[in-house]
Amino acid sequence: MTGAKILVECLKREGVGAIFGYPGGVVLPIFDELYDSDIKFILTRHEQGAAHAADGYSRATGKIGVCLATSGPGATNLVTGIATAYMDSIPMVAITGQVKTFLIGSDAFQEADITGVTRPVTKHNFLVKDVKDLALIIREAFFIASTGRPGPVLIDLPVDVQQAETEFVWPEDVQIRGYKPTYFGHPGQIKKAARLISQAKQPVIYAGGGVITSGAHRELKELAEKIKAPVAMTLMGLGGFPGTHELSLGMLGMHGTAYANHAIMGADLIIAVGARFDDRVTGRLDAFAPHAKIVHIDIDPASISKNVKVEVPVVGDAKNILGQLIEEIKKAPDISAWLKTVEDWRKRHPLHYKDNDKIKPQYVVEQIYDLTKGDAIITTEVGQNQMWAAQWYKYLHPRSLISSGGLGTMGFGFPAAMGAKVACPDKTVIDIAGDGSIQMNIQELATCVCNKINVKVAILNNGYLGMVRQWQELFYKRRYSQVCIYAPDFVKLAESYGAVGILVTRKEEVRPAIERALSVDNTVFMDFRVEPEENVFPMVPAGKAINEIIGGLA
Amino acid sequence: MRHTISVLVENKFGVLARIAGLFSARGYNIASLAVSETMDPEISYMTIVVEAEDVKVLEQIKKQLNKLIDVITVTDFTKKEHIDREMILAKVNYSAKEKVKLEGLFDKYVGKIIKAKGDTAIIEAVGDQGQIKALLDQLDKFGVKELVRTGRLAIAE
Ligand SMILES: Cc1ncc(C[n+]2csc(CCOP(=O)(O)OP(=O)(O)O)c2C)c(N)n1
Ligand SMILES: [Mg+2]
Repeated sequence: MTGAKILVECLKREGVGAIFGYPGGVVLPIFDELYDSDIKFILTRHEQGAAHAADGYSRATGKIGVCLATSGPGATNLVTGIATAYMDSIPMVAITGQVKTFLIGSDAFQEADITGVTRPVTKHNFLVKDVKDLALIIREAFFIASTGRPGPVLIDLPVDVQQAETEFVWPEDVQIRGYKPTYFGHPGQIKKAARLISQAKQPVIYAGGGVITSGAHRELKELAEKIKAPVAMTLMGLGGFPGTHELSLGMLGMHGTAYANHAIMGADLIIAVGARFDDRVTGRLDAFAPHAKIVHIDIDPASISKNVKVEVPVVGDAKNILGQLIEEIKKAPDISAWLKTVEDWRKRHPLHYKDNDKIKPQYVVEQIYDLTKGDAIITTEVGQNQMWAAQWYKYLHPRSLISSGGLGTMGFGFPAAMGAKVACPDKTVIDIAGDGSIQMNIQELATCVCNKINVKVAILNNGYLGMVRQWQELFYKRRYSQVCIYAPDFVKLAESYGAVGILVTRKEEVRPAIERALSVDNTVFMDFRVEPEENVFPMVPAGKAINEIIGGLA
Repeated sequence: MRHTISVLVENKFGVLARIAGLFSARGYNIASLAVSETMDPEISYMTIVVEAEDVKVLEQIKKQLNKLIDVITVTDFTKKEHIDREMILAKVNYSAKEKVKLEGLFDKYVGKIIKAKGDTAIIEAVGDQGQIKALLDQLDKFGVKELVRTGRLAIAE
């Protein structure tokens, strides 16, 4: 078999449902094989779109997203998408073509050292030099991407290796001696954690994306209900615990709810599950949760004690460990006084915005929630739109929010929505977008229309790079430098691609527009002309303690 | 504080770049690095001397190294009985007058004059950190024109 055929055969055996990609010179042998294959191939309009789509596919399902690009510019165009997946621990396999092995290093046409370029933004990467190694490398790539703390893996495949022939042997088993993730919590650590929990008077559960990756949402709910601890989530953790649950504090951190931040600051015990104490969550580190002991559950030992001091580290898979922990906790602590305090914060500092007869972006998000009954997959771009989507939509299920948390990549949401829709064709998929971000991968409209991938895009069009404008307003004396962003006529633009565009300039048109968008069988751009200078509150300025909140206390 | 750690890695191309990249990306400092094959040609052994202001940083370095797929084991010698050695080659000023004095150094230190030509002698020496430092202080009195060092090697007892 040729290398190209082996690749396609392996992808099939790995259960790959779709490939997102773009052709080019050195991947011709692969595309020739794909011509006869029944693996679905989605031709995007930009390799960045392919990478984000593969990522969105993965986030929506937990399955491994796959993207494919040619060497040189094709490969470098994937990099932002790979880095985005890396920062959020998303399993993905990126395949790139490479110039012939004997030309590598000669500055050949369309040569880029992509394994060198992606080394810091992949979990691992491979340059295949011998076709005999190919099958095993593909197996290892899928294994590494999806196990332990997941992440993107890149395989760089020179064109002569694609053409070379060898006997195909499917490696049944993968053994990598330097890679042995821990899945079950150490019983001694579980005991210690259980003891701390039983003694706690003011516990808070702090849940991150690891809950979703590991599928630990049921166990998380069981634990929270068993010990009656309130649950604060990171952006990545939203959906890991139902947003409508009485113990849910919503999101914490820079734009988190005031009550989540007060709760974490007042806690005497933080049970961190699959979260990494990112600076957007902790605020000023030396002022973070001064009274709290910390139990930290994470599959990545390097995430533990990286930023904060941890009393009880428990390394392993969140689902297993929470299960072990629930068994081990014999006596739930009595924390009724604490819950009262938390409820009091919730009543005194609710999430709110000043509604009026203009279109408030928060209102738009609320209406989307109302009309989808929380049952859609929401993707977001980056900026204010992302924070409003996090605050005002209630995520009831894991994998219902898909957002670039770690890298904060503008242009992510639309192609990610596309990938999510390919993965879950029966789901409504809505990208809550900004007018700036949507312009970063807007070319994917063509991909959506051609392939009938009907995603809905709700553009919160404020005429600004709103989040940057907000910082300039608050911290740079309203000196608006390069944040006023001209946008095209989104309705005409959508129509020119064969999609549907809806312009919304009045508040009473908001609901009907969403209803119409949800009912038409096409990709839809909704252009909501929202209040231009609306700000995201509450807000903790960068570098402040997370209970030094501005704007949210009114 | 300097710490000596050793890392067993898969002997594959790009491994050194991964290790070096990890240190530079995360802002850790390498004081010295020695790499070579082991008896098993598929495995390389690295001795790395790292600069870490506190235990937390050292712990992170070890954890991050362990995360690399090609890293098989990481050993920290900070609290472990071990032997460490470094070899140096140095060109020092040389004259017939000082010959005896220079040779006399090697009664105390492990090393020798490999070659003496004109006004330069090339010296090799091996020792632990303390010995090498002491020897270099001595050699400095003659005038060191050029110095190369292997970096530290370490092996557990
Ligand atoms: C690729 C990229 N470039 C720049 C930024 C910095 N940035 C963060 S938010 C933002 C503004 C986003 O504007 P828009 O999409 O209109 O969203 P809004 O904040 O107005 O809702 C910018 C420029 C980024 N996150 N990603
Ligand atoms: Mg905007």
